Amino acid sequence: MTPAINSGAPFIARFLRHGWVNRTLHRATHHRTIGFGYLLISLIAVIIGALLSLIMRTHLAWPNWQLPLHGPILPEEYLALVTMHGTLMLFFVLTVAPQSGFGNLILPAQLGTRRMAFPRINAAGLYLTGLALLTLFAAFFVPGGAPIGGWTAYPPLSATALAGPGQGYGMDLWLASIAIFAIATTLSSINTLTTIVKLRCEGLTWERLPLTVWGWFTAALLSILAFSVLLAAILMLFCDRHLHSGFFLPAQDLVSGVLLQHRGDGTPLLWLHLFWFFGHPEVYIAILPGMGLVSMVLANFSHRRVFAYRLMIATTLLIGFLGIVVWGHHMFVAGLNPFASTAFSISTMAIAIPASAKVLSWVATTWGSRPRLATPMLFALGFVSLFITGGITGPILAQPILDEYLHNTFFVVAHFHLIMAMAGVFGLFCATYYWAPLLFHRSLSESLGKLHFWSTLLGAYSTFLPMHFTGLAAEPRHYSQLNGIAGPTATLLQSTLPLQRHITVSAIFLVCAQLPFLLNLLLTLRKPIDVFADSNPWHATTMEWAPDAINPHPNDQPSTVYRAPGHYSNSGEEFLPQWSSVNAFDAEAE
Amino acid sequence: MQASTTHGFWNLPIDAAAQGHALDTHLLLNLWIALALLTLAHLLLFAGIAIRRRTARPYHQFFIEYLPLAVLTLLFAFLAFRAQQLWATQRYTGADLSAMQVEVTGQQFVWYFRYPGRDAAFGRTRLALVDPANANPLGIDPNDTYGRDDIVTSQLVLPANREVDLTLRAQDVIHGFAIPQMRIKQNAIPGQTTHIHFTPETPGDYAILCTQICGLGHYRMLATLRVLPPADFNTWLKSHEAQP
Repeated sequence: MTPAINSGAPFIARFLRHGWVNRTLHRATHHRTIGFGYLLISLIAVIIGALLSLIMRTHLAWPNWQLPLHGPILPEEYLALVTMHGTLMLFFVLTVAPQSGFGNLILPAQLGTRRMAFPRINAAGLYLTGLALLTLFAAFFVPGGAPIGGWTAYPPLSATALAGPGQGYGMDLWLASIAIFAIATTLSSINTLTTIVKLRCEGLTWERLPLTVWGWFTAALLSILAFSVLLAAILMLFCDRHLHSGFFLPAQDLVSGVLLQHRGDGTPLLWLHLFWFFGHPEVYIAILPGMGLVSMVLANFSHRRVFAYRLMIATTLLIGFLGIVVWGHHMFVAGLNPFASTAFSISTMAIAIPASAKVLSWVATTWGSRPRLATPMLFALGFVSLFITGGITGPILAQPILDEYLHNTFFVVAHFHLIMAMAGVFGLFCATYYWAPLLFHRSLSESLGKLHFWSTLLGAYSTFLPMHFTGLAAEPRHYSQLNGIAGPTATLLQSTLPLQRHITVSAIFLVCAQLPFLLNLLLTLRKPIDVFADSNPWHATTMEWAPDAINPHPNDQPSTVYRAPGHYSNSGEEFLPQWSSVNAFDAEAE
Repeated sequence: MQASTTHGFWNLPIDAAAQGHALDTHLLLNLWIALALLTLAHLLLFAGIAIRRRTARPYHQFFIEYLPLAVLTLLFAFLAFRAQQLWATQRYTGADLSAMQVEVTGQQFVWYFRYPGRDAAFGRTRLALVDPANANPLGIDPNDTYGRDDIVTSQLVLPANREVDLTLRAQDVIHGFAIPQMRIKQNAIPGQTTHIHFTPETPGDYAILCTQICGLGHYRMLATLRVLPPADFNTWLKSHEAQP
């Protein structure tokens, strides 16, 4: 108990000291409980987000299709599906699961510590995230339904209820949800950063930190910067909506025949700047932990040290830094000064260099190592493949003259779904299969895992590769209908329908490909606990696999780290984990 | 006059504007390079796993990491430089002073096009005067003499081979003005004006799209660009100027 509670509120202090309350509080603030809580939130969000996308896709390919118990999908409903799909996946899956979910479950053990720095702040983050998710879902059930402006919520579309259905209560709830989420993520990031800086065990120097920790560290730094700006922008937009301020709105704006007057003469471009100052780092927040984990898993299964370890640390930090100075590449055709476009283009192209360095390191790490192709390794390799395929179109979109043609076409949709969504999700699957023995004290089935991997990889490519081609044919995003249109646009849009049908069928396949995974989880959890499952089955060298690292005994000695991770002999047959105090052999040099 | 079919491996629509050729060349170069790098990277990844003999540790970090990285850096630098050249040509300076002036206004979910008329000057507009029911969807001020001969249409008609300077405006929310076959795209923003200029070459009808989500009717915020041979265009313009 803290002294403040003892002196200030003796009753509460006595209450908190009560055995049952104390145990419950301890359990509720335990990082493992919180980690699973975050993963549960992500699981709910990913299931609903995926179902929403299937409704969207089916409607796009077969516009006359009737959703059972609902009827045809109206244009505003299609846009509401787009908005909610993006919001759920970006915030509640790709931000929550890698950073807060696996961060809580594994980070303390990897640092050789027993806890996170601020257990109660940590718990507050979880409950606020849950509250944010409920608030977001509530937007479906208010008059007008969910907002229709996409996850980027550009004003003036997002600034007034007159702009369309869903832009009234639905938009207010969306803003409230994301504001709560921003606070939760900031709290959680402070906790993560403090834990990494202050609670590393004896011997765990910065250079000996696993790259996974470097990923969490950089993502947490970005989170604090990005989400605080987003929170400010949301509060300003809320003022514009309800207090007649004009941060993002011109002095006069004519929406649905109503002339709106605002105090001040602002510009929607300010929202774009603030939003993308958050939005681009957000993309890296989603992918950096995955990049770190994949580096470690590739090295683990190759029985080698990660090739060019120091360079990998540097590129992680560099990608994080560049991530905050490239937001303008989302605005090349939005009314940005063309000279600014040149600057943002160059900073964006520069990211290709650290990203290429990472790919080269990954290839070099696995080169000729005869790795054991277990499911976690397969998902790590799948991550690398998707990272390359999705990333290679990044430099194309970073050139303003090409973005002028490709902006807001399906080419962009293909790009970010491959590199952020698919690579991100492969990172999560890699984490789940790799750490399953630590999470569940049982191993997941390898045969179901392999079925899951190959069908997901096929589904991912079959869904998102063809989108490049509909995008190059100039098909715009956010169109709720591609047929029944007059004029020369009709030919243009209709020519993409056969590919769009293929994409929809592939998307349904991709979602069905997750059934082996859910089955695998269910079957595994029904098995009895295997006491040997978590005794380092992959021959890993990082601290989370140390005996009792995940379930420490209160009387344990504090952990000590003796070396950098990835200490394998030249033949790859012997290894020394970070916690082993003996020096049996000299490892391969850097 | 349908000209919307796509062509080639990369499925690009036909390019009918003067500045489009260089853009297409650069885009195709980028796409082929991307495909080559993608294939190469995957081949290396598969080869590295498929090799049966465990190789000694590749120590030569210079050859494995820094040399390929230097080559890639040069490649990306070249692409960036070429892209900036094209961008600068199109965007760093405005249209030629002799370019034709047309104003484009976006509102949910229609595009309006305004020609300045014989006086070559646009009349003042005010949002308070917008009245689509009385044929004044742009709110042209009747007290401003410049506005009396302005021509407002729902189709963009342009002469071939003459540069046009479009002034983009929006009344309500952000709209995205795009003509894929002219290879141009620029947002129209309420409260400010933006410009885009290009030279249509091939006569025909082309799709004008809205490419920035603007509300429930976003998918039907479409219009047609009709590019006419110069003589036909003059006839069209004269017939519209004759109407009061």
